[in-house]
Amino acid sequence: MFKRENLPAEASIFAVFVGIAVLFEVLGWAFVGKSFLGNVQRLEIIILQVSIFGIIAVGVTQVIITSGIDLSGGAVLALSAMVAASFAQSVDAFAPIFPQFLGLPIIIPIAVGLAVGAACGWINGAITAYTGIPPFIATLGMLVTARAVAVIYTKGQPVYSLSDSFTAIGSGAWPVLVFFVVAVIFHLILKHTVYGKHTYAIGSNEKAARVAGINVRRHKIMVYTIAGALSGLAGVVMCSRATIAQSGMGTMYELDAISAVVIGGTSLFGGRGRISGTVIGVCILGVITSGFTFLRIDFYYQEIVKGMIIVGAVMLDQRRQAKQRSRA
Amino acid sequence: MNNQDDIILRTENLTKRYGGVHALEEANFTLKKGEHVAIVGDNGAGKSTFVRQITGVEQPTSGDIFFEGKRVEFSSPLEAREAGIESVFQDLALCNDLDVPSNLFLGREELLFKFGPFSILDEKKMMQKAKAVLERTAIKIPNLSNHVGDMSGGQRQCVAISRSASFASKLIIMDEPTAALGVQETTQVENIIRGLKEQGVPLILISHNLRQVFNLVDKIWVFRRGRIVGEVIAAETDGNEIVSMITGMQGGVHEKASYI
Repeated sequence: MFKRENLPAEASIFAVFVGIAVLFEVLGWAFVGKSFLGNVQRLEIIILQVSIFGIIAVGVTQVIITSGIDLSGGAVLALSAMVAASFAQSVDAFAPIFPQFLGLPIIIPIAVGLAVGAACGWINGAITAYTGIPPFIATLGMLVTARAVAVIYTKGQPVYSLSDSFTAIGSGAWPVLVFFVVAVIFHLILKHTVYGKHTYAIGSNEKAARVAGINVRRHKIMVYTIAGALSGLAGVVMCSRATIAQSGMGTMYELDAISAVVIGGTSLFGGRGRISGTVIGVCILGVITSGFTFLRIDFYYQEIVKGMIIVGAVMLDQRRQAKQRSRA
Repeated sequence: MNNQDDIILRTENLTKRYGGVHALEEANFTLKKGEHVAIVGDNGAGKSTFVRQITGVEQPTSGDIFFEGKRVEFSSPLEAREAGIESVFQDLALCNDLDVPSNLFLGREELLFKFGPFSILDEKKMMQKAKAVLERTAIKIPNLSNHVGDMSGGQRQCVAISRSASFASKLIIMDEPTAALGVQETTQVENIIRGLKEQGVPLILISHNLRQVFNLVDKIWVFRRGRIVGEVIAAETDGNEIVSMITGMQGGVHEKASYI
């Protein structure tokens, strides 16, 4: 006999994912007379849609494991996209932001986007680590500020006429590939490196981590910086896919990312969670969005269901924590 | 035998005041290499205050601490730890969401490949070493890959103590290590302490359990109202004398006291 405890933690989340997909398949035949999963194009759209906030979720997972939170993902995405795009305009761009920087090699806008994101993340981390301001407030401040700076940067104008070589990195399956590679890399880093071990340790018992000689402040700043850089990467991928950058991009993406992380089994109390779970959480959100559209159900009902799933996931987590506390 | 080289820890007029409260008054304490001593005293006698000063958790109001012959000023527990003073705290300071090897090696992981914070962990080596360390302590933990948070109080205590014991520490301090443990677990912890004695690792034990104190240590330091009131060789005294010193009252009325 196999025991439930012997299964990987992701097994139950994956079962939920499969359950939801099958449910939509059944509902599809019943109400629309079509297959939900049988449509390859739809599956492609699902995975493309989720890839962008999925990249943010990989960073948010690490932040939440340290028992922190990052609300700034969507806004940092927008700011990074705006700044990156301003360095990615083609030589024939009309009214460019920087007429002297046109047709640059794509490595420059990519690096700029990552750097802007990393800088925002660094500020989040430094405020959290050095001032004792809760990460909820620090990153909420960044959410508002980064979005505002994104607007001011071009006085509200979108950035377009992006060079072909830059828009190529958002075309086809590239966003999915970027998400997948980022997820695999950080899954392995969390599992097998000192960085990962200390991330879990800080989230599990910050005082014990400090006594054990871990530089908790420096580590937290590193985690938030990585999360910021990943939001920046998401911004680069998104504006390259859209072939335009706008200050309103990625609104509410931070909440989708946090939802995916929580649904994926990462504990808001810190110390527990895995990127593999987050990837499944991202897919669950994607299937729900797509499924509701497929069934032609109003967008707001979809939000209600998402909200309930998130609350349910946190309730499960709380029960798990309470069980552990009573045993210890 | 009061040779300077023989002494690992010495305090001189160590004093700690919290506002007007004199928690510790001019404590003069010495610990020799390889010696196991107990600190006993009533609640509020200054035992824990004393330990907090020598482990860097707090900084003394006045007085000096000498460790290995050198005057030291620890501004944090980490500094004390780096100097070689390991403490097992009452609240254990374990990471509940990590397994046993991760807890044992936290902050000093074995590495397979060095690359700054992204150095790759040598999980196999840490697991083997953890097994070896716990084998020596004879504690039974069925699966070391389980989270420490899912283990019993005794197992957790043994992990915490093994962590201190498994690194070449120069002094181990244990604050009530068996207070929350069952009979069998207490025996196991006591065996670990005896093992440290054999290895020549000096130990300061804070305990309310006088029987345990007599069983384990060479010398007993008695604290009362923030002062050191006595320093007696365990083999040359008995429970009655110690209790008299703890309470400050004479007379053999303590035979039926349940804490002996």
